[in-house]
Amino acid sequence: MLKQRITTPDVVIVFAGDSGEGMQLTGAQFAHASALQGNDIATFPNYPAEIRAPQGTLAGVSSFQLRFGSFEVLTPGDACDVLVAMNAAALKTHLHLLKRGGLLIVNEAGFDRRNLRLAGYPEGVNPLTDGSLSEYQLITLNISQMVSAALADTSFSVREKERMKNMFVLGLLAWLFDRPLSQIEQLVNAKFATRDPAVAEANIRLLHAGYNFGETSELFAVRYEIPRAELPPGVYRSISGNEALVLGFVAAAQKAGLKLFYAGYPITPASEVLHQMSTLLPYDVYPFQAEDEIAAICAAIGAAFGGHLGVTATSGPGFSLMSEALGLAVMLELPVVVCDIQRAGPSTGMPTKPEQADLLQALYGRHGEAPIPVLAAATPADCFQTAYEAARLALQWMTPVIVLSDAFLANGSDLWRIPSVESLPPITPPFATEEHKTNGVFHPYQRDARGVRPWAIPGMPGFEHRIGGLEKEDVTGNVSYDPLNHERMVQLRAAKIERIADELPPQTVALGEPEGELAVVGWGSTYGSIYNAVQECRSQGLSVSHIHIRYLNPLPRNLGQLLRGFRRILVPELNSGQLSQLLRARYLVDARTYSKVQGVPLTVAELVSAIQETLHHD
Amino acid sequence: MTEVLRTVLSAKDYASDQEVRWCPGCGDYAILKQVQTVLAELEVPRENVVFISGIGCSSRFPYYMGTYGLHGIHGRAPAIAYGLKITRPELHVWIVTGDGDGLSIGGNHLIHMLRRNMDVTILLFNNEVYGLTKGQISPTSRPGQRTPSTPWGSFEHPFNPVALAFGAGATFVARTMDRDLAHMRSVLKRAAQHRGAAFVEIYQNCPVFNDGAFFAYTEKESKPENALFVEHGQPLVFGRNRDKGFVLEGTTPRLVDFSNGLPENVWIHDETDRTKAALLVQLLGMPDSGLPRPFGVLYADPSRPTYEELLAERRQRLAQRYPADLEALLRGKNWWELSS
Repeated sequence: MLKQRITTPDVVIVFAGDSGEGMQLTGAQFAHASALQGNDIATFPNYPAEIRAPQGTLAGVSSFQLRFGSFEVLTPGDACDVLVAMNAAALKTHLHLLKRGGLLIVNEAGFDRRNLRLAGYPEGVNPLTDGSLSEYQLITLNISQMVSAALADTSFSVREKERMKNMFVLGLLAWLFDRPLSQIEQLVNAKFATRDPAVAEANIRLLHAGYNFGETSELFAVRYEIPRAELPPGVYRSISGNEALVLGFVAAAQKAGLKLFYAGYPITPASEVLHQMSTLLPYDVYPFQAEDEIAAICAAIGAAFGGHLGVTATSGPGFSLMSEALGLAVMLELPVVVCDIQRAGPSTGMPTKPEQADLLQALYGRHGEAPIPVLAAATPADCFQTAYEAARLALQWMTPVIVLSDAFLANGSDLWRIPSVESLPPITPPFATEEHKTNGVFHPYQRDARGVRPWAIPGMPGFEHRIGGLEKEDVTGNVSYDPLNHERMVQLRAAKIERIADELPPQTVALGEPEGELAVVGWGSTYGSIYNAVQECRSQGLSVSHIHIRYLNPLPRNLGQLLRGFRRILVPELNSGQLSQLLRARYLVDARTYSKVQGVPLTVAELVSAIQETLHHD
Repeated sequence: MTEVLRTVLSAKDYASDQEVRWCPGCGDYAILKQVQTVLAELEVPRENVVFISGIGCSSRFPYYMGTYGLHGIHGRAPAIAYGLKITRPELHVWIVTGDGDGLSIGGNHLIHMLRRNMDVTILLFNNEVYGLTKGQISPTSRPGQRTPSTPWGSFEHPFNPVALAFGAGATFVARTMDRDLAHMRSVLKRAAQHRGAAFVEIYQNCPVFNDGAFFAYTEKESKPENALFVEHGQPLVFGRNRDKGFVLEGTTPRLVDFSNGLPENVWIHDETDRTKAALLVQLLGMPDSGLPRPFGVLYADPSRPTYEELLAERRQRLAQRYPADLEALLRGKNWWELSS
């Protein structure tokens, strides 16, 4: 049968199944194959907080969302074109993501009585047969049976075969979207070939079985083609936000010629940073699993006192524990970077779900006046740039710096055009020299013209000094309770951080004109959704621009002026309105909040409506 | 004859230019002086010494040292030391803490520092009271102690710091007192020379909030009957006439009269013996046990490698196996090139 070929600009696929069914691996391998095909990609994995949630239940579903396209793909997509549901629970939890008319591929064996009951369907109800899925292109396959048949001559147990059925699905989708198998085969071989050649062989056989099934089965009349994206030339890889953070810090420390001390305490969704750092000992990385987050940041401060870059990453609860030590770092004026991989709070909240509700804590969550530069990453790959920049600012300006990421960026991944090490900006910390002495005496708080103090480190004879959390006398750093000195020091510390804005790039619009009816202002991981929504509204002829803020403290010098060029300001945030509160307080502008606090990202569709509504209400 | 010119530093050279501001009569003065003396005796260059402290009277210590110093936040001195020691293992790092700072708010870091056995010297000034916040009970305060937070007397069971340190896996556990300068100096010197985390509890008198807490052990009249000074290889003997001591019946210690000479099964102190150390720190440690309190190096295990040594070994092994290449690291395993 000759299959029809349809060309489409982008496709969103969601692979959903039980957490043991390899959905993450399937999705990641398909994403990689798509990237190699020249498509831009964005992915978002979604897994249960429980490590081994009961099999077949709604809580046990793990999914992987992948979008690939022939243009710059900024988000994993609001809704999917294809949903693969390996069991009833996966269907129930993910059907809402499938577009009307979308392709729904289900594994029949996952819809037996037991699975239907575990997924909470009433006795006797089966969505595959009761007509409730009539608005989708439902394709029911007995994947388990086909896998069993394909591996009939092997000695794998039923259970082992079951675990490999994701490869059949991968092969089928590779056929459907015209991805060559060779690249996926390479990945499979890289993963299993040395460890267990028999498993590698079986996986590859299933890949082909799935592919051939697509080719020969009459269930599929259409095959899709997604043209290559026009990407700038360069070396590419796909990368998650947490991986990108790690590489950014390693690159920065190497560029500065320093050791990278990383301390972390296990916490979702930041643990991956600790894991990655722990593999990088040959790169002058000194990873340390601390006994709690307080120890982690204090250890980072200790490393900075010793003349190296101290870094730690955590999430909300751990970030709260670090508040006191962050104040100490402000007082000591030492280079440490703290990453807060935000998750839904307060308290334990929803540990695997993204939120942007720690912004005000990052800006103000310390006792006393303790200003700290705050940067936020926009996309998974942008975490590299953000980490590098945070480390650069910390080292150049002798200050703690906070990086905000979130669960969406941490686990999601996109395409990264890898910069050459040479192209990264230089980092030159202000190490103390003999010139920093006055009449032969070293004063640790003798600031330079930028207000930055010199970095003298243990081992340097003649520079012995004591610093601490007690207020210190200007210049000498000796303990001081003098009222005017305290006020002066508060001002000096604030002025130094404010002065960083002098060297930051001016705020520009991400999309649109620098003035007009409406500016949609965002920060952090909502970048892609907002950008796409503004893009769509502009194509409808609306006067709307997108402003994305990377530097949340100090804010860019021209931000106020830029904002005042718009009649309306809409601030979409995954919190109850923290950035808009800041913009209102700072610039006396009528910034309106579009708030969403559900532990899920913003969709383009809801933002388009919000923009239309805002402009409509004039 | 050639004259060899060498800068010999004295105790004074380890002092900073800051005025020392503890209360008159505070035991901290004596400790400060002995630490400075020991550093001069050991000839450690000033620039290689770092004092790290938390919060409390004891934690002002770094300000008075002419070395590098970091006065941190409450309880976190060991945590700050982690990052410094891991990245700068060659430095001589001292942690100065107190019974509140080290055993209450910072208890977690203290036990983990001891477990990890980083090469640091930890001085715990024990005065059984919170001084800087004006006299509340601490984790070492005794039952019955009246303070502003226990107006009818404390009913909490106290920590025994040496037992806690030993239990946490310390490789060096010692106790000394502010009023016996020679003893303190010898113990501090041993601690500074120990390779690994050395824990020294120093009985320190707080003349303002808990005056005389340790007089039973430190004053001339009562000291001989209450303080048992242990020395490696020597029998456990005490008393004004040195006529009392301990014998070991199996692993059960018994207090006996030695006036007729040393019995055959007399307890000979062996600081490397874990079982004897456990008895020393536990049995002879608790208040109201009626037994004398041991002072000196109670336990020392020089064989266990330090955290820094183990880390260095691992780093070296990995560096040989996986040469660093930053460009390759950034590319990762699955990369591709797009040409225009």
